Amino acid sequence: MIAEEKPVSIQGAVCAVPLRHYDKIVMGHGSGGRMTQDLIKQCFAPYLSNPALDAGNDFATLTSNVNGPMTVSTDAHIVSPLVFPGGDIGSLAVCGTVNDVAMSGAAPLGLTASFVLEEGLSTQILVEIVKSMAKSALEAGVPIVAADTKVVERGKADGLFISTAGFGHFPTVYTIGGDQAKPGDVVLISGSLGDHGIAVLTARGDLAFETQVESDVAPLNHMIEQILAVSPHVHVLRDPTRGGLATTLNEIAEQSQVNITIDEKSIPVKPAVQTACEMLGFDPLYVANEGKLIVIVPQNEAEVALTAIQSNKYGKDACIIGRVMESPAGRVLLKTQIGATRVLDVMAGEMLPRIC
Amino acid sequence: MKYLDEFRDADLVKIVIEKIHRVTKHPWVIMEICGGQTHSIMQNGIDQLLPPQVELVHGPGCPVCVTSLELVDKALAIASLPNVIMCSFGDMLRVPGSGNDLFSIRAAGGQVKIVYSPLDSVKIAQANPDMEVVFFAVGFETTAPANLMSVIQAQSLGLKNFSVLVSQVTVPPAMHAILGSPENRVQGFLAAGHVCSVMGFHEYIPIAEKYRIPIVVTGFEPLDILNGILMTVEQLEAGTFEVQNGYNRVVSKEGNLPAQALINKVYMQCDRNWRGIGMIPMSGWCLRPEYSDFDAEQRFSVENIKTKESEVCIAGQILQGIKKPPQCPAFGTLCTPEAPLGATMVSSEGACAAYYRFARFEKEKS
Repeated sequence: MIAEEKPVSIQGAVCAVPLRHYDKIVMGHGSGGRMTQDLIKQCFAPYLSNPALDAGNDFATLTSNVNGPMTVSTDAHIVSPLVFPGGDIGSLAVCGTVNDVAMSGAAPLGLTASFVLEEGLSTQILVEIVKSMAKSALEAGVPIVAADTKVVERGKADGLFISTAGFGHFPTVYTIGGDQAKPGDVVLISGSLGDHGIAVLTARGDLAFETQVESDVAPLNHMIEQILAVSPHVHVLRDPTRGGLATTLNEIAEQSQVNITIDEKSIPVKPAVQTACEMLGFDPLYVANEGKLIVIVPQNEAEVALTAIQSNKYGKDACIIGRVMESPAGRVLLKTQIGATRVLDVMAGEMLPRIC
Repeated sequence: MKYLDEFRDADLVKIVIEKIHRVTKHPWVIMEICGGQTHSIMQNGIDQLLPPQVELVHGPGCPVCVTSLELVDKALAIASLPNVIMCSFGDMLRVPGSGNDLFSIRAAGGQVKIVYSPLDSVKIAQANPDMEVVFFAVGFETTAPANLMSVIQAQSLGLKNFSVLVSQVTVPPAMHAILGSPENRVQGFLAAGHVCSVMGFHEYIPIAEKYRIPIVVTGFEPLDILNGILMTVEQLEAGTFEVQNGYNRVVSKEGNLPAQALINKVYMQCDRNWRGIGMIPMSGWCLRPEYSDFDAEQRFSVENIKTKESEVCIAGQILQGIKKPPQCPAFGTLCTPEAPLGATMVSSEGACAAYYRFARFEKEKS
């Protein structure tokens, strides 16, 4: 019997050049030869296009009229699963690095990204992730100006690792940093805590329950511009990522040698996140966020800073959560909802679900 | 959140605290049995709001803390075997054995998986027919039904590659041990609400009568705990020694009868070593002979284990309410959650970890 002949599609809806019949990454894609070129042309170039990247060199030459200091940040991104409610490793990589640069008060100018692909990774998923990076980069207004890919054998990576670097400059010079918190300052948070950690944990599918929680991953550079426009004397900007609010506040208290006291009742946590944490024995103050901002400002700028955060779409639930005091220096204290005060410590190691 | 917010209400808490202050005339030492209660007390700062005469001491009800060193070492030895996947609740991974912990075994290439439910380990056994899958079944009466369901399910699925390393302990023998000790300071008990949700509280009536001590079944939210303390202090001041139920939205006198029937079907009473405390006769459960095919201790020969406990750690005295964590010379210096000497510094339910996380500053002040 002769199989019915079907017309062969040479050109897909998205792809300029067919990926030589591979719907998965194979070692050849890392050879540096034609297959690598195909991979770049098909999966990266159409989405990340900008003049510096499109030049096709091993470097990006940027025109700059920057005088004064610059800021640089680098970050490695690993997450399982690669795609989760509200985001994926691509949006995480772009937003994470944009945010790290923006926390200095700098305006991010560009990013670089290198990709370690595991043999067997679906090219469709790779394209989805690259598209998502492009979307986040567009929203942040920060181009990816240089990129690289490597392929490793199956089992030597978890699907895809992305390593990024970001850089920015200071149109206006600020004195912002973790060591700048001063007694009398007010502590603000841009929204609810723990969304990202719980969304990723749920997406792994090994909990016996599901949640509707989405990751909060978002670029925060525009929010920071809005804050600095009205509150130029901001002392600290920090995103409470791994280790959550509690760990980040402890870092600031230690760096600035001040006490930070926060009020448990005022800390925003979504009911679904709270419920998941109650069941697992987690504390939302230690769960990761990827689109939240801690702002520490002098008291006379607290209200305008708060209004500026709330005017941004990622800051609608922003509120004041505490104060900076002189002592005990290096400590974070929590006023509990029943009116006692206790130490809010850093997370010791991996957060472990409790037994019962 | 419903059933939580109401029991964390600051105004209601204030009313109960005022009542406790009003009724307390004498100094009293009250033990909360359960590590979950210890955690809640420290997390919410409940102890700070009590009158100075009411002293809370922290009981042995932390499964991670009392699992015997010998069994932890056995788990480490089994998890090191090449064809084994060791499944455990997350808390147990950082518990120090004589040499290392399950995290170190995993880093050295052993397969150790955190499960959220014992039944997840049965699924892992189904998915890995060429591997031996072992579930580390630790816990008090609270976890017993879920733990043993893994055995029942594995049996009904005909799984030959699944076994459990049982470290199941029970509360009443530990209460006898504490009250019978010449060093005992405990004058009233907050019984562990979730243990009682399975077992009921009729077992406590003879204890209350024998030792003339009030026992109040208590929940875990701030208002639950304060209410338990109030009921206990009222009894102590009045000289009564009854078993009262302060957690009746969850606990009935007879408990969960179907769960108890399952426990009796799969488990039988046995002597158990409690880490830091020692052997307490008939203080735990092990598998009945008809389920011995699922007993990891029989399946794997890991006999030659020499246990070695830290010499400075005073976890045993802490678990019996004789001492408090800041009285340990190693507390916060040699022994921290990052590098625990004893299991009480590991779990969020361990008294030392709770003090370290929530009240370390108090020690520095004093």
